[in-house]
Amino acid sequence: MAGRKWGGTLLWRGVASITVFLVFWEIGSLSKVWLKWETFAWLKEMLVSIGWTKNYLPWIGAVPAPTEVLLAWGKVIDDVGYWHSWYMSCLRVLGGFIAAMVIGIPFGLLLAVNRTAFGIGFPVFEVLRPIPPLAWVPASIIFWPTQELSIAFVTFLGAFYTIVINVIGGARSIDTRYFQAAQSMGSSSWDIFRRIILPGTLPSIVVGSAVGMGITWEVVVAAEMISGGGSQIGGTSGGGLGFFIWNSYVGGSYEQIVVGMISIGIAGFISSELLRTLGHRVTPWLRLR
Amino acid sequence: MNEGKVVKPKIEAGEIVVENVDKFYGDHHFRKEVVKDCSFKIERAKLTVMIGPSGCGKSTLIRLLAGFEKPSAGVITIDGKPIDGPGRERLVLFQETALFPWMTTYDNILYGPRARGELTKETLELAEFLLSKVGLKEFRKKYPTQLSGGMQRRAELARAMINNPRIMILDEPFRGLDAMTKELMWEYYSALYEENRRTNFFVTTDIDEAIFLADRLLIMSNIPTQVRAVLEVDIPRPRKLTDIVENDRANEIKMQALSILHEEAMKSFSRGSKAAADFVEAYSKRSAKA
Repeated sequence: MAGRKWGGTLLWRGVASITVFLVFWEIGSLSKVWLKWETFAWLKEMLVSIGWTKNYLPWIGAVPAPTEVLLAWGKVIDDVGYWHSWYMSCLRVLGGFIAAMVIGIPFGLLLAVNRTAFGIGFPVFEVLRPIPPLAWVPASIIFWPTQELSIAFVTFLGAFYTIVINVIGGARSIDTRYFQAAQSMGSSSWDIFRRIILPGTLPSIVVGSAVGMGITWEVVVAAEMISGGGSQIGGTSGGGLGFFIWNSYVGGSYEQIVVGMISIGIAGFISSELLRTLGHRVTPWLRLR
Repeated sequence: MNEGKVVKPKIEAGEIVVENVDKFYGDHHFRKEVVKDCSFKIERAKLTVMIGPSGCGKSTLIRLLAGFEKPSAGVITIDGKPIDGPGRERLVLFQETALFPWMTTYDNILYGPRARGELTKETLELAEFLLSKVGLKEFRKKYPTQLSGGMQRRAELARAMINNPRIMILDEPFRGLDAMTKELMWEYYSALYEENRRTNFFVTTDIDEAIFLADRLLIMSNIPTQVRAVLEVDIPRPRKLTDIVENDRANEIKMQALSILHEEAMKSFSRGSKAAADFVEAYSKRSAKA
């Protein structure tokens, strides 16, 4: 992972690509209007010939245009409920993620350095790992006393497996020469753990966390939708962004669905960027190749 | 180069004796003998170079000397005491760099003292001295990946020397460096040796390197490893790079060493292949005629 700086060419490329994307989207979703025009009769005929008889382009034509989305966004931007959805989702992601780090990193390290622990812990871990976090939703609703805890638990699972697997892999792939060198300079086991295994695993911890964070967002949104977002804390708006989307769908506000989707995109982007920055800071030797 | 204050630890040169050592891997059905009935001595305060065909088990011997592995039979003693596991009195420099990538040059050099809780004023002074000695004073805050191959090797020499080992074991340390850097490292390393006269054990496959550096030259057999010959390299020190080409004595030793090595290389080349064995036979007939 090379050090990335937002600025200069990179920034302009990013802005340009997003602009182009928005322009195409706008044109595409306005096809309800321009596809009726005489000029595009040929295109209409082509679509009919492949069996598309509707008055707009397939897929993109059914999506609300960016300008409409922006308008809808303008309406919710000063709505406390919308921001409360952000807050709730972020809280859940953060809670689940931190719990996954706090439990997953020591657990992974333990499995990596201790044969007995590995023998006992790993088989169980490997059986549980293929179960998708979302498959845990019904069970966790039964297990945990509150809705909030069950969502947090599912979120935690999303990041936990990835972090543990990365920690084990990272610690195991540390070159034996480092251990031998440390040993022959008179290191104790604790010293080797602290100064060889921990920093040697750090890059994998960073990667595992970044991937885990992504999964956490996927999971939290789905969990909020499934569980109906019925948190007592914020009434109908206590459901987080996932529930915000679901609610918009039920209420028939398609623009708001897209607002919710993009909000999650932005939230995910911000959290990844934060993690990356943090990751670079704790592994300074990696960006200097 | 301004080297500042000269800090010299008291050098205690050690001596290693290898007696009838066997090392095999696998169980008795699929036993692979790597070292068999191998005996030699790494003499006190001398630079002993071991040379042998590639794949002859030199690295296995090094792991035994370092204490990372135990011999299947026989004993290895350092100053009379049998070797039992790795120890700071025997430091190993590996083929590839083993500098810790997550530590700066300075932290790498101080690793040993820190691990043993010996971070005294004298150690810090010694670290400064060694840093300037290996020409890395300005690179103290750099990470290993920011150093060139030669610099990495020098940093590693400093990291080993700060522990003041009784014996330094070097496993093809300059392999992979370009020819120019390699020759500079030879000069550099032999100057370091001449200054301190520590016991050094240096493994290589490069005959020029061996003759330029060695006090004693151990020529190893093909696998399973034994010592085929011991040559005293009695070329006066300090040596010049031109010595290995121009010095008659050096050439004499080189020819002698090469003829033994050639034989062993042929054996290793033909091992396990009928076609290669035929080739070697034809080759030796031809060279007998010539």
